[in-house]
Amino acid sequence: MSDEPIIKFDKVVKRFGDLTVLNELDFEVKKGEKVSIIGPSGSGKSTVLRILMTLEDINGGVVTVGGEPLWHEKAPDGSLVPASETHLRKMRTQLGMVFQQFNLFPHMTVLRNITEAPVQVLGLTKQEAKQRGEELLELVGLADQAQKYPHQLSGGQQQRVGIARALAMRPNILLFDEPTSALDPELVGEVLNVIGKLAEEHDLTMLLVTHEMRFAREVSDRVCFFDQGRIREEGAPEDLFTDPNEERTREFLQAVLDN
Amino acid sequence: MDWTQYLTPLTLGAWVTIELTIYSTVFGALLAFAAGIGKLAHNPLIRAISIGYIEIFRGTSLLVQLFWLYFALPVAGQAIGIDLRLPPVAAGVLALSLNIGAYGAEVVRGAIQSVSKDQYEAARALNFTPRKTLWRVALPQAIPEMMPPFGNLAIQNLKDTALVSLISLSDLAFRAEQLRNFTQDSTTIYTLALLMYFGLALVLTAMMKLLERFVGRWRAGAR
Repeated sequence: MSDEPIIKFDKVVKRFGDLTVLNELDFEVKKGEKVSIIGPSGSGKSTVLRILMTLEDINGGVVTVGGEPLWHEKAPDGSLVPASETHLRKMRTQLGMVFQQFNLFPHMTVLRNITEAPVQVLGLTKQEAKQRGEELLELVGLADQAQKYPHQLSGGQQQRVGIARALAMRPNILLFDEPTSALDPELVGEVLNVIGKLAEEHDLTMLLVTHEMRFAREVSDRVCFFDQGRIREEGAPEDLFTDPNEERTREFLQAVLDN
Repeated sequence: MDWTQYLTPLTLGAWVTIELTIYSTVFGALLAFAAGIGKLAHNPLIRAISIGYIEIFRGTSLLVQLFWLYFALPVAGQAIGIDLRLPPVAAGVLALSLNIGAYGAEVVRGAIQSVSKDQYEAARALNFTPRKTLWRVALPQAIPEMMPPFGNLAIQNLKDTALVSLISLSDLAFRAEQLRNFTQDSTTIYTLALLMYFGLALVLTAMMKLLERFVGRWRAGAR
């Protein structure tokens, strides 16, 4: 883990109509860092990931990824102007996302789901993409499911395909948007195992929005508690979970851990 | 005259009907995709052309369109010195395709828009271009949705081909009318013609079902 921030939110504002979701958010992630974001629903957790994946734009402030502004470009006179689609396309290559609802392509086999973007977007040959795809399926423990369609898999298996699909694009930063929230309780473990393995074995920067407190505690270098569009409290998991400074954090943790 | 003697001329007519239906359904489907996708384009000119085409052909009578292409267009062409005379088959196929294409365009547009937002987000996260998102992600999911309404349009189109008998194409309706003039045996002849249209419609329905199953073979419960 190096000290240079790979992600930086500088006074970022995001509004949906009258609702301010991110309220001058300042937030940094170092290269290789594994950060969990927790907090009540509506606190802006997922919005942070969606802004990074360029699925939502911002209404104020600057987001920097890998030292370059994400939603802005430098004009010839040095000022920042809103990013073009070309710029966004270039920036997006650094990021990958795992969705709450998996968002697999239902009309493609499991292997095609993983190889399609590398072939169509990165220009890999079918053979190269297939080889990489099979390695990734091996990694997520689904080597024997390559020719099935998503609807033939369990939710946990589908989400593991989702992880493999994101990894196939070789991102530096992997975003997990509540990856186990749509799963039946007995399927959560298999997905968390894969994410945990990635966190341990790869120098990927990982950003995880989750309600799985125990897991967040195990895998993260740092946990951020979001509340009302800002980080209310952040710190090493053992500190934040055992002895939070803020009353609001304490209340939230008590509420979720009692369940 | 024995009713079996009607079968040969009516079958000849039915072949013309079948050809007209096939040509105009295929050509109409192409127009439907072009205009349906065009209506969703970012380019305002493409959008305007698509909307104009759809509204004009949905909003006017097929029969008048047919007469216009066959009778009015050559006169208009003469006025500006271009030969725009169309053979009856071309005028018939053109009118039918333009018509079914306009209705089909709305089907195509609706089906593309019914693809879930999640799919577009996944495609964006994987950095697909908008074009590849359309061809690789949206259309393969939208096409199976289009099949039932397309089936209806194809049947509608089969029945509408009867109108081309009015520009002297010897289709099934034309042959039936000819035989009736000759024999005055209206009941037998029109009953046979009805049965033939119905038989063709059944075949068309079966073909659309097979096509629907083929384009949606990846769906749950498809196999």
